[in-house]
Amino acid sequence: MNLSKYLNVYKKFLHTSLASELEYKTNILVDLITAILSLIGSIFLLSIFFQNNGYIGGWKFEQALIIQGIYTILNGITNTWFNPNLTEIVKHIREGTLDFVLLKPIDSQFFISLKKINPSGFLEIILGFFLLLFCIRINQINLSLSFLTLSVITISCSICILYSLWFFISTTTIWFVKTWNAIEVLRSFLYIGRFPLNSFSFSLRVFFSIFIPIAFITTIPSEVFLGLSQLWKILLEVIVASVFLITSRKFWLFALKFYSSASS
Amino acid sequence: MIFNLINRKIFTLLKVQYSNMLEYRVEIALWAVSGIIPFFMLNIWTNNNLNESINISDVMLSRYFLCAFFVRQFSVVWVVFSFEEDSLLGKVSPYLIQPLNPFFRYFAQHLAEQITRFPFALIIAFFFFIFNPESIWIPNLGILFLSIVSTFLSFLIQFLIQSIVACLCFWTEKASSIERLLFIPTLFLSGLLAPVVSFPAEVKSWIYLTPFPYLIDFPANLMSGNETNISRGLSMQILWIFLLFPLFKRIWFEGTKKYTAMGS
Repeated sequence: MNLSKYLNVYKKFLHTSLASELEYKTNILVDLITAILSLIGSIFLLSIFFQNNGYIGGWKFEQALIIQGIYTILNGITNTWFNPNLTEIVKHIREGTLDFVLLKPIDSQFFISLKKINPSGFLEIILGFFLLLFCIRINQINLSLSFLTLSVITISCSICILYSLWFFISTTTIWFVKTWNAIEVLRSFLYIGRFPLNSFSFSLRVFFSIFIPIAFITTIPSEVFLGLSQLWKILLEVIVASVFLITSRKFWLFALKFYSSASS
Repeated sequence: MIFNLINRKIFTLLKVQYSNMLEYRVEIALWAVSGIIPFFMLNIWTNNNLNESINISDVMLSRYFLCAFFVRQFSVVWVVFSFEEDSLLGKVSPYLIQPLNPFFRYFAQHLAEQITRFPFALIIAFFFFIFNPESIWIPNLGILFLSIVSTFLSFLIQFLIQSIVACLCFWTEKASSIERLLFIPTLFLSGLLAPVVSFPAEVKSWIYLTPFPYLIDFPANLMSGNETNISRGLSMQILWIFLLFPLFKRIWFEGTKKYTAMGS
């Protein structure tokens, strides 16, 4: 692995995909408005839940907003990187253009996961950060070095888990050819990440922490923000994230053995 | 004579599209699964006793969300995506020569897909009743008929809105971002995630003038036996169809004049 080579290639990716996306300027503007309205909508929904109850699953409204902020950042990352690239895998396999990717003297997973970028997700990331800053103020959280490192660690673990889930489903295309709707199922499950895990019944809580670890994605980082998180939970998240990353890599190499070109 | 001809055309279109849809049964099953968000919402409502504040019992609320799931299954529309793809690939040109508005083709596609999806929706409902046996109920025939009609009207409203957006492809090429923008109010204001009764008073004062509550909230309330104003709901649905249809005809007429073929 030659790091500077990969960095250089990534710079090229960034340049070309930004240039091609910026062709549709009105599209980006509409996407920006969508991101803002979507955040307003989520907060509106949350405020309905808190209308008469002070707590949901033991969380106050101000605390639940942190989850909303982290969800918005992660959703922005999904829209910027995961969604444009990983839906492309399906196209590569259906049209047989994965051959060209495999022939390139560069890691195929790197190429396929980072080739494209959708700049309209940036606003969502920024909005999420502002919401988090606002939450830090209203919840009177002290910014200390340990808090910052822990939150960076947990959020990056969430990103890794999220990426692996997306990548895992996209990889199954090699067998099933069309997996658009499997991605829709994942999306609707991820929707749950907007709410604290404790607000669900016990069986759903188990489902969302073992089968699809959505619990790890937003709830644990938010607990770090509130200083509620125990050390074992953070360690568990790190372990889950590394297991997911390694498995997704292994699974990709395994799946490639079954790939037979479609075009020729 | 003319009626007979139209009848035969529609029947053939439906038959062709139905066999086309049957090819992708797994896809459609997955899509049915991706619509289960209302059940997660129900879990939040009942698990936190939020329904006490809006005076709806647990059982009635679970029926409401089950009906919301059903209404959503049979009113979901994706014309914009089909039309955008067809227009970018240049498939619209041959459709335009045929003596049939291409939107009939999409309309038949949607109906065929709903027929294919029906058994999967029933299976999901069956599992829902296993977990919530107390919520089983049999609506009387008149109400059932009215709610099927209003679900169909809701489908028509969404189909018209999306067709209008799809026609914007003639001007902007990519209309799906406008669709995503319109999806936000549909998601948060239609009653899919929370019944409209639970909205704050200042929202309720104007929301019944918009088309959104009639997309899911009204048919779902009707079917589940929750309190709702039947005559107002149905007349508002019909009113919106009468408002949207001329708009669609107008924009289609202007669009085809502007159309320049794409693709090959």
